[in-house]
Amino acid sequence: MRQAIAFNFIQILFVVGFAPLYSGVLSRLKEIVQSKRGASIFQPYRDLWKLFHKDQVISSETTWIFQFTPYLVFIAPAFVAILIPVLTNYPLVFAFMGDMLAGGFFLGLAGFFAALAAVDTGNPYGPMGASRTRMVGFLAEPVFMIVFFTVSFVAQSTIPYIVQQKWIANPASFFSPAHVLLLIAFLMLILAEGGRIPVDNPTGHFELAMIDESKGLEFSGRDAALMKWGGQMKFLVLACIFLNVLLAPWGLAQGRGLLEVLAAIPLVLIKVLLFAVVLVTIETSLAKLRLFRISEFLGAAFIASVTAMIVSIFFAY
Amino acid sequence: MAAQMSAPEALNTLSAGLVLISAFAMVATRQVQGVVRFFVVQSALLAASCFLLGFAQHSLHLYALGAITIIAKVVAIPWVLKRVLARALYVRREIDQVFNIPSSLLLALLLAIMAVLLVSPLMSMTPDPVIRINLPIGLAGVLIGAFSLMARREAVPQLIGILAMENGAFFAGIAIAAELPLIAELTVAFNVILIAVIVGLVAKNIQERIGTTEAGALTRLREEPMSWR
Repeated sequence: MRQAIAFNFIQILFVVGFAPLYSGVLSRLKEIVQSKRGASIFQPYRDLWKLFHKDQVISSETTWIFQFTPYLVFIAPAFVAILIPVLTNYPLVFAFMGDMLAGGFFLGLAGFFAALAAVDTGNPYGPMGASRTRMVGFLAEPVFMIVFFTVSFVAQSTIPYIVQQKWIANPASFFSPAHVLLLIAFLMLILAEGGRIPVDNPTGHFELAMIDESKGLEFSGRDAALMKWGGQMKFLVLACIFLNVLLAPWGLAQGRGLLEVLAAIPLVLIKVLLFAVVLVTIETSLAKLRLFRISEFLGAAFIASVTAMIVSIFFAY
Repeated sequence: MAAQMSAPEALNTLSAGLVLISAFAMVATRQVQGVVRFFVVQSALLAASCFLLGFAQHSLHLYALGAITIIAKVVAIPWVLKRVLARALYVRREIDQVFNIPSSLLLALLLAIMAVLLVSPLMSMTPDPVIRINLPIGLAGVLIGAFSLMARREAVPQLIGILAMENGAFFAGIAIAAELPLIAELTVAFNVILIAVIVGLVAKNIQERIGTTEAGALTRLREEPMSWR
């Protein structure tokens, strides 16, 4: 029991500790592909360090929401990390406290407060970005739901640990059309939710074109660091769900020893790195979509997920 | 119902999923070139399925089919279209469709669901996992191809619609009737190339004379002395 709680903490530390590294690796890879040199992969850590040591300015017009939001944005992904298999193959203590839907709701809650805080400031770009994020959000919501329904139908459960075992136990269902369609829908969802390129440009600094970034414009000092870190953690958590639960449920710790759990860390990092290469390929080969084309992009994701559901209902494997 | 599958058959289901996705992608793509590209991807997957099933059933026949598919659809048809059509036409973007992209995708989805529903009574007749996968997805491919034939307004995507229907029928066919005579498949492969050449030439002529190949815009009859060159 005590050991399992310790493993849970290791999972949280993994997500908290490696999220800035992952974002650094992603942007470095992208710069290399664009034949630039790029900043060091440890640059996000330095940015966070710098922001934590800066003064903080809070507008007197804002309410408690503005001060509360950074903590929620930071804590929500860490909380989701105890519900999903980040390092271990078997359910840990808190695994049955909530399923994948609960994880989605936690991330959604953080997103909701981030949008509220953006409106709270009265900065003209904040509400604009917030409403755009909501647009992407409500288009992504049905895809999210149907992906989870399909998963729960195939695996007879929505607890991520059990879903993951299902793919390992039955290779035929791993290769089934339902699973492929599900993977594609979820990948498109990650691109939309993580603010990656066909939907949003994470490195863009042009306020009028921003979707995700503009919500954080008014934060400074520690709050800005927490918002940034929270965003990086959210992306790593989504990548972990995609890789460990759906795409490649291998390389996680099987046994209950501390060493095995620690040994899983490099393996998961390698998987995540490979995923980063795929993401960079997608990001550099596509252009950012116009705002009203996003509905087409997420519409296609919706079609893929619904087809997955239909196929899985009629051809249960 | 977990039917035990061999590895090639499991890979065949993977390629089935991708065939369905490329059918949707053909509906969702605006650019003529993109449509042709997804058609090539679909045909390559079809050939891969042929090889995998040929390996699983030790059928030389299916290997031959896969080879024909690669020669005819992956190599010959894109080459013919590129040669025959003017470049302006090949890289063209089709702005004006009967339905916009999200609604045509939704309609394609309805067609796919219909295909699955239509096939499901037949499912109780066979325990063969390959047929259970290939038949509904092949039928969905046929229906989605027919839909894009109807909903597209440019000549080349319409042509690709016909060819995609053929692909769907083929995909179902390799599972149901693996021992279809080779001569039939050869004829089909030749016909398909001929269709591509003829439609390509006609589209080129129409474009030269009228300046557009938007089939949707060709509604009026024009009297003009015939001048065959």
